[in-house]
Amino acid sequence: MNQTFEAKIWVLGDDIDTDIILPTEYLALKTVDDMKPYAFSPLRPELAGMIKPGDMIVAGKNFGCGSSREQAPEVVKALGISCIVAKSYARIFFRNAINNGLLLIENSELHDAVTEGDTAKVTPGEQIEYNGKIYKIESLPDNLMEILDAGGLVNAMRKKNGL
Amino acid sequence: MGMTMAEKIIALAAGVKETRAGDIETVTLDKLMSNDGTTHLTIDMFNNKIKNPRIADPGKLIWIVDHNIPADSPKTAASQKKMRDFAKEHGIKFYEGEGVCHQVMMENHVRPGELIFGADSHTCAYGALGAFGTGVGCTDYLYAMVTGQSWLLVPETIRFNLKGRLNDGVYARDLILWIIGRISANGANYKAMEFGGEGLKTLNMADRISVCNLCVEAGAKTALMEVDDIALGYLREHGREPKAIVKSDDDAVYSEVIDIDLSEVIPVVAKPHFVDSVVPAKECLGIHIDEAFLGSCNNGRIEDLRAGAEIIKGKKVAPKVRFLVVPASRAVYKQALKEGILETFMEAGAIIMNPNCSVCWGACQGVIGEGETLISTGTRNFKGRAGHKDSFVYLASAATVTASAIKGEITTADML
Amino acid sequence: MAHTLIEKIIGNNVNKDVKPGNIVTVNVDWCMVDDIMAPFTIKKFEEMGFSKVWDPDKIVLIYDHFLPATQTDDSRHFREADAFADKYGIKNVHRTDGICHQLMTEAGYVKPGDIAFGTDSHTVTYGCVGAFSTGIGYTEMAGILGTGQLWIKVPETIRVNINGKLPDNVTSKDVILRIIGDLTASGATYMALEFSGDTIDAMSVSSRMTMANMAVEAGAKCGVFAPDEKTCEYCGIAYDDKVKSLRPDPDAVYAKVMEYKAEEFVPVTACPSLVDNIKPVSEVKGTKVDQVFLGSCTNGRLEDLQAAAEILKGKHIAPYLKMIVTPASRKIYLEALKDGTLDILSDAGAIITTPGCGLCCGRGGGILSDGETVVATNNRNFLGRMGTSKVNIYLASPKTAAATALKGEITEME
Repeated sequence: MNQTFEAKIWVLGDDIDTDIILPTEYLALKTVDDMKPYAFSPLRPELAGMIKPGDMIVAGKNFGCGSSREQAPEVVKALGISCIVAKSYARIFFRNAINNGLLLIENSELHDAVTEGDTAKVTPGEQIEYNGKIYKIESLPDNLMEILDAGGLVNAMRKKNGL
Repeated sequence: MGMTMAEKIIALAAGVKETRAGDIETVTLDKLMSNDGTTHLTIDMFNNKIKNPRIADPGKLIWIVDHNIPADSPKTAASQKKMRDFAKEHGIKFYEGEGVCHQVMMENHVRPGELIFGADSHTCAYGALGAFGTGVGCTDYLYAMVTGQSWLLVPETIRFNLKGRLNDGVYARDLILWIIGRISANGANYKAMEFGGEGLKTLNMADRISVCNLCVEAGAKTALMEVDDIALGYLREHGREPKAIVKSDDDAVYSEVIDIDLSEVIPVVAKPHFVDSVVPAKECLGIHIDEAFLGSCNNGRIEDLRAGAEIIKGKKVAPKVRFLVVPASRAVYKQALKEGILETFMEAGAIIMNPNCSVCWGACQGVIGEGETLISTGTRNFKGRAGHKDSFVYLASAATVTASAIKGEITTADML
Repeated sequence: MAHTLIEKIIGNNVNKDVKPGNIVTVNVDWCMVDDIMAPFTIKKFEEMGFSKVWDPDKIVLIYDHFLPATQTDDSRHFREADAFADKYGIKNVHRTDGICHQLMTEAGYVKPGDIAFGTDSHTVTYGCVGAFSTGIGYTEMAGILGTGQLWIKVPETIRVNINGKLPDNVTSKDVILRIIGDLTASGATYMALEFSGDTIDAMSVSSRMTMANMAVEAGAKCGVFAPDEKTCEYCGIAYDDKVKSLRPDPDAVYAKVMEYKAEEFVPVTACPSLVDNIKPVSEVKGTKVDQVFLGSCTNGRLEDLQAAAEILKGKHIAPYLKMIVTPASRKIYLEALKDGTLDILSDAGAIITTPGCGLCCGRGGGILSDGETVVATNNRNFLGRMGTSKVNIYLASPKTAAATALKGEITEME
C-alpha cells in the first residue's frame, strides 16, 4: 500500500453526504457500473463523466455523512478514484470504504490549499506532496490495515473460510 | 323512428332535435375531466401550439391527480406541479389525492344526460348515471377545452337486456368480464353499449359503475344505463339533479340486441394478456401469485371492499403475497374506516394504500417485477401493464382476488 | 473504573473492562437487513464463502424502503431476500409491517443492553431502549451473518443533560435538532451521545426514539438512553437489577457534557440542505410550503400522529397543499385507526399512505420537483433527498408540520 502515485485532484466541499455521492434513486441498480454515471449528480452532475481512473478527491470535513449505503464508497472506487483526502470522514462511510479497499486519508490542511485540476503526489501512510509542499499523513490502525492488505473484507473473510 | 340513449344525449349536446348513428355532430361538452396521466401534455400544447390560448369555460373543467399520488419521481412531481399551478391560475376545479378520477367524478360531478369528455379511456364509467362519457386524447381534449365544443360520430348501439339476478358469489365484475369474453375486445368498437331490462334493477350503483367502466375493454365508445330510482337515489344522496333523463325509444334502432340472463354468469378470470381472454375462474385454480390488488375505478368502492373484508376477516394474507387494498376515493376510505373494514384488512396483513390508481396504472405504487404474477380488480391485463414487461396479470372480482391473496394462488371464495 | 452507559453495554458484551479507544470484537445480539441492501448483502455473503448463517434466529429481514414498489426491479429485492431466508432458515421476515427501525424494538427483538447492527444508518434508533446499535455497510453485515461478530472501537461519550419542562409547542424532535445544530453534523463523529436529565425521564419511549434516531445526524456512532420502567414496559420485560445496572456511573468520564434547560427550547427547523442548519421556526415563519410530510422512523409514531391530529381536528389543510401521513408501522396504523386519529387526519385532507419509509427514502411517497418546498418530520434534508436538488426541505416536529399544513406556510404551533 505504500507505493507513491500521482493523481489529478477533484475538489469537493464540507459535508459531502451519501445522497450526493449516490442518490437513493440509483441505489438498487443491479451493478455498481450501472450506478457510476449518477455519482455526485445532485451536486455536480457532470463530475462522474469527467473523473478518470487514478484521479483523487480532496474534500472538507465530514465526508460521507448520512446513510450506511455501501454503494457510496463502491461507486467512488468504481470510478477509479485512487484515494480521498478529507478533513474528516463520517464513520460508516469510513468503515465501508476500508472494507472495499478504497484508500481514505485524513488531512486538515490540504483542502484549503488545493486547486481543482492540479496534481498531487501521494505516498500512503507517509505524505502528500502538493505545489512544492509536504503534507504529513497518518497510517491506519493495524486491524484496518489487515483488511486493506487482504484487499477488502470479502477477501479477508474468504481467507478465514479457507477459500 | 326512435332514438337510442346515445343519440338522444348527443342531440341534446348538439342542440338538434334528432340525430342518427353515423351522423357527425358538433357538440357542446358539459364537463371535461383530465388527470395527471396526460394533463401536463395538454398544458404544453395549450401554451406552445395555440395562438391566443383561452379556455372556453373553466367552470366545466375538472382536473384530478390520481395516477401517481403521492409522486414517485421528480418527473411526475413536475408534471403534477404544472397541472396544479395551471389549475390555480385558471380557476379550474382541482383534486389531488382525493381518489381515482372516475370515482371522484361519480361522487361529485356526473349528472344524467350529460356529455362528458375525459382524457382517460375509462370515462365510459359515467354511463352508470345515464351520462355519455367517453375517453379522448390530449388533442381532442385541448380543442374542447379551448372551444367548449367538439365533434362526435354518433355511435351505433348494442343493447344488452339484462334479466334475472346474479347468484351469490358472482359479482358485476364477473358479469362485465363475461360479456367482454363473449363479444371480444373489439366487439363494440366505436359503439355504445346500452344496458337495461329488469335485471338492471338488481345491480347497485357500484355494480353499474363497474360494468360501464370496463366497456371500453370491448372497444366501446361509451356505455349507458337506463336511469332508474337507484341511479336517482345515488344522485340525490350526492346532492345533484339530473341534466336530463333520457331513455331509448321503443323503436330505437340497435346494431344488435343481446339478452343476458344474470343467473348464468359464473366467477370468471381474464387471463394474461387480454381482457377478453376470459375463462371460468375454476380453470385457473392453483396458479401461483405474488401480488393481489383490490382497488381501481373498476372495483375500489365500498361494496367491493366489503366483499373482500367479509372473506378475509379472521384470516391472513399468504406470507409472501403483497395484497394491496386501495379504496377508490377518500369517501370510500372514510366509509371503510368507519365500518371497520380497513381494520380487518390491516389485521389480515394487507397493505392499505391511499386512494390512487396504484398498480392498475402500473407506473406508480405496487408495480410487479420480472416473472411475477398479479391478480387484480384493475381494468387491464395487457402485457407489462402492472410493471415489468415480463409479468402476468389476471383480472377477477374482489372476492376472487381476496380469496387468492389468502391462498397465495388463484382460487375462488367458495374454495377456501 | 467508572463507565458511561455505552462502555457498560460494550463491556458486558465482551465481558471485560473497556475504555474509549479500545478495539474490541463484540458478539452481535441482533442484525437487521433492509430490502434495499438485502441483495448486496447476500452477494457479499456468498462471495465470502459461508455455508450457513451464524444464527438464523438473530437475523431480521425487513422490507420497507420499496413498499409499495415504485420500480419494476424493486420486487427482485423481496424475492432474493425471501430465497435467502428460505435457504438459511431465517424466520424473522417482515414483508409489509413497517419501517425497520420501528419494528426492531416494537416487534420485541432489541432489548436493553443488546448490541445490534443494521444495514441502515438510522439503526442508531434502538439506543432508545438502552441498546448499542449502529449502521454498517453490507459487506460488514455479510461478515456478521457468517460469524456473529464485528470489531468496533469503543466510543467516547458526549453526555447531554436536559432538565425541566419543555414548552407545549416543543417536542423531542426540536430538542434533538437543536442539539445537532449545537454539535454540528460532524460534532459527535465516532462518539456516543448519552441523554439524561429529568426532561428525558419524563419523555415517552417514542419521543426518545426520535432523538436516538437522529444521533447519526451529528455523526454519532449511537445515541443511548438508560433504560427505565417505561423502557421495560415498552419492551415487555421486568425492570430488574440487570436492567437497573445499565446506568452510567456518576463519575464516568465524558468527552464533553452539554447542559440544557428544557424551558429554553423553542420549535426549530433544519433548513435546506443540512441537518445542522438549525433555525428557530420563528425565523423562517411565512415561508410558503407546497407539501408537508408526517412520518418516517423519526416521527411516524402514534404520539406524532396524535399531536398532528390535535392541531388539525375539525380544520382543513391549506388549499393546494399536500399533507402526506405515513405511519411508521402496521401496528401504529391500526392504533391510529382505532383511536380516531386517522379519521381526523383524513378529514383534514391528509393523504394517508401505507406504512413504510415513504418519502424519507426518496423513492416514492410524495417526491417533489424544482422550486417546491416541503416541511418534513423525518431525519434528513440532504440535497436531492426528496426529488431534485432544487427542492427545499425543512425538517421539523410533527406539531410544527401540522401547524404549517394548516397555514400553507412555515409556522409554529400557537
